[in-house]
Amino acid sequence: MEKEQLNFVVIGHVDHGKSTLIGRLLADTNSLPEGKLESVKAFCEKNSRVFEYAFLLDALKEEQAQGITIDAARCFFKTQKRDYMIIDAPGHTEFIKNMITGAAKADACFILIDAKEGIQKNSKRHGYIVSLLDIKQVVVIINKMDLVNYSKEVFDNIQKEYNEFLTNLGINAIRYIPVCARDGENILSLSKNMEWYKDLNVIEQIDDFKPKGKNIEKKFRFPIQDVYKFTEGDDERRILSGKVVSGTINAGDEVVFFPSNKKSIIKTIEIFPKNDIASIEAGFSCGFTLNDPLYIKSGEIMCKTKEQSFPQVSRRLKVNLFWMGEANLLIEKSYKIKIGTLETIAKVTEIINIVDSSELSNNIEKKTQINKYDVVQCVIETAKPISFDLVQDHHYTGRFVIIDNFEIAGCGIVTGSLSNENLAIDQYVKEREIKWDFGLISREDRAKRFGHKSKFILITGKKGTGKRELAIRLEKKLFESNYNSYYINVANLTDGLDVDLSDSIFDKEEFVRRMGELARLFTGCGIIFITALDDIDDYDLEKIKKLNMPYEILVVNIGENNYEKFSVNLNLQANPNINLATELILEELKKQEIILEYYL
Amino acid sequence: MDRIERLEAESIFILRDAYKYFKTKNLGMLWSIGKDSTVLLYLARKAFFGHIPFPLVHIDTHYKIPEMIEFRDKIALEWKLDMIYGENSEALQKKYTFPDQKVDRLTCCKYLKSDALKHTLSGEWQRYRLDHNLKKYIKDAKTDPFNGVIVGIRADEEGSRSKERCFSPRSENNEWNVGDQPPEVWQYFNTDFPKGCHIRIHPLLDWTELDIWEYIKKENIPVISLYFDQGQGKRYRSLGCYPCTTPINSISKNVDEIIEELKTGKLANIAERSGRAQDKEDGGGLENLRRDGYM
Repeated sequence: MEKEQLNFVVIGHVDHGKSTLIGRLLADTNSLPEGKLESVKAFCEKNSRVFEYAFLLDALKEEQAQGITIDAARCFFKTQKRDYMIIDAPGHTEFIKNMITGAAKADACFILIDAKEGIQKNSKRHGYIVSLLDIKQVVVIINKMDLVNYSKEVFDNIQKEYNEFLTNLGINAIRYIPVCARDGENILSLSKNMEWYKDLNVIEQIDDFKPKGKNIEKKFRFPIQDVYKFTEGDDERRILSGKVVSGTINAGDEVVFFPSNKKSIIKTIEIFPKNDIASIEAGFSCGFTLNDPLYIKSGEIMCKTKEQSFPQVSRRLKVNLFWMGEANLLIEKSYKIKIGTLETIAKVTEIINIVDSSELSNNIEKKTQINKYDVVQCVIETAKPISFDLVQDHHYTGRFVIIDNFEIAGCGIVTGSLSNENLAIDQYVKEREIKWDFGLISREDRAKRFGHKSKFILITGKKGTGKRELAIRLEKKLFESNYNSYYINVANLTDGLDVDLSDSIFDKEEFVRRMGELARLFTGCGIIFITALDDIDDYDLEKIKKLNMPYEILVVNIGENNYEKFSVNLNLQANPNINLATELILEELKKQEIILEYYL
Repeated sequence: MDRIERLEAESIFILRDAYKYFKTKNLGMLWSIGKDSTVLLYLARKAFFGHIPFPLVHIDTHYKIPEMIEFRDKIALEWKLDMIYGENSEALQKKYTFPDQKVDRLTCCKYLKSDALKHTLSGEWQRYRLDHNLKKYIKDAKTDPFNGVIVGIRADEEGSRSKERCFSPRSENNEWNVGDQPPEVWQYFNTDFPKGCHIRIHPLLDWTELDIWEYIKKENIPVISLYFDQGQGKRYRSLGCYPCTTPINSISKNVDEIIEELKTGKLANIAERSGRAQDKEDGGGLENLRRDGYM
């Protein structure tokens, strides 16, 4: 194969003549093994069956070993112009999963509609899927024109109706071709029965498809797939690995990473066994080393500073989503998602519009789940800010999948980046506090009785920095001064409250959530609640702070302060002098009027 | 960027995802010493910048053509591979093999390959690991099961392989549910699996026989000399155990000549595995073997 092959997919309801069309394409381009067509025809005659190209396709699939022109999922053929791969979606059961798998790789697609049956629910679903898979070149074939007496009027009506539908989805079909695949009409040559059609036939159309662009002309994007530091053989390199998905870059270029905003300069471009490559362009899997020893995580997007074309950074994404999971997608439930090269946790927080549903009622207000094969426009919220692109800007970083029950169960494209206001957690806390049954004792009543206000004191820092020691001494000091203090070591929760949690990314989220809720309960009692946590980040802190509201948090960090956004109340050096540290915290409590001077 | 460069970039991406999601779950790569899995091995060196951060696993039937084992150990030492082999020692001891005329070809394949593979991966049977200082294999004390296995199969080799996904789950009993496989969309693979399952990763699915040879040429990858005609007008097109593998008629003496032979279509009507006798027994021999855990 000298020339790069073009891949296209034929999408259509099984009875609309998909196999016939593919069989006919193979036969008319002389792509079948010698004598195959004749032998299948002879077999049909012997068994008094009308020959159909679909039989041919089935027969080929069963004995695929020799011809290499066809297998279960793919058929190969060539025209004078170039080589082709037709991606087929085999079988009836789980048709959609196979179709999506194949169609996602296609450069172009044919949507097949039966002229007699017209536009069915399935034809529409196929349109939605094509729009979600972001296939740019779409041609609609109206098949079985013989059954409607080759009527131009029928063809025009279907075209008008379907085109209106596709346009609404943002798809501009290249053209509509009336055919009778069985008889080869308008496949390789134009049909005498349809002289009113003078445009391209199917083969000409196939040759007219353009190969997918290589994105070299677009702005540079390098989503970090992984970061390697192999030590074997004294290898000192710290290599950012991945695939250049668009643009070009040179060694020496200044780069910036999102969402971390870190900057550095490309030191080397690496493709084993070379490491002195001057420049690399879209399409290649490679590696980069940087001038600075930055801590970059997989899932970040590397861009060129001078191009000033940067991805979105947000926690709220407006998306179009297609769901194919066996279990319904539940609103507000946490799912694992993959976007670009990032794997993270997200949930659907709001359904904006139901585009297509198997349910009859399209009542968005009451909809708390997305059913199998629903297409919806919705808002996805991630646990932490992520970087991504809108699909029209960069498709690679603008499309995502959702995982449920160990499988890819949903896929979609990002159409908008929403502001971080109205985050689900703010909404949740607000509603929780409105619904809360406060009893007859107010917050102020408790403060008056206890002689102090409530507070959540959270001590953070790396392991072994003396957090526990400080926490227990602080608890005792407060207690001896007649304040109601209570310390919990999170290790105590492991076998109790948190017994169901593992160290998966889901459970880390859940751990943080429970910590925040627990703090809310204790601070609600009016006491000074103290605990310590290792290695938590800005977003975890922010979440705990929010969940503890309307009560307040005081964060004491020990050792290196790695928070980029969250400003802690006190920052102490590692293993601090406990008496001194305790005093500093008491000072802070006084300053905030949690405890009052004259009580001491 | 040409076809070979695109295939290389895709395969490297898949290998890196395999490592990303399975490095903590015991990842290994099968190396049959054949041309495809040797290309895969080379791609892994590219993916990880000269390192191969997981062990290579070979199933030794002890009926392999002797040059294959020599080639394996030479490359393993040269490229500093973490090399492991496994075998069905019981079947070999009791001579339950086709060459010993105790069982038919397919049963022999099942014993010496499928069963050996299954139990070597699960860690139930003894593994042997190459000691690079002693330059020989010693009994491996490690018995943890491999939960991710990278395999160099290609979709165009044979019918059942064309139904494969890049990341494909196998149940505890190595079963493969062909009819209901999860979708793979865009650059995303299924990398989550329930306990007890293991996953097979197939980075070479989209490669053809010709692609493999063109890549071998482009990157100057060492392959075993059995693929070339040594003057008798015969060469192996697909490698296996000597009692069941026969060479084809061909006078291709080097990589260039093989590429020429494939391009001119001389072999177009002969299946690549036509020299592999087990495929021909019992109708769809390979499909049955594959359902049972064969690669």
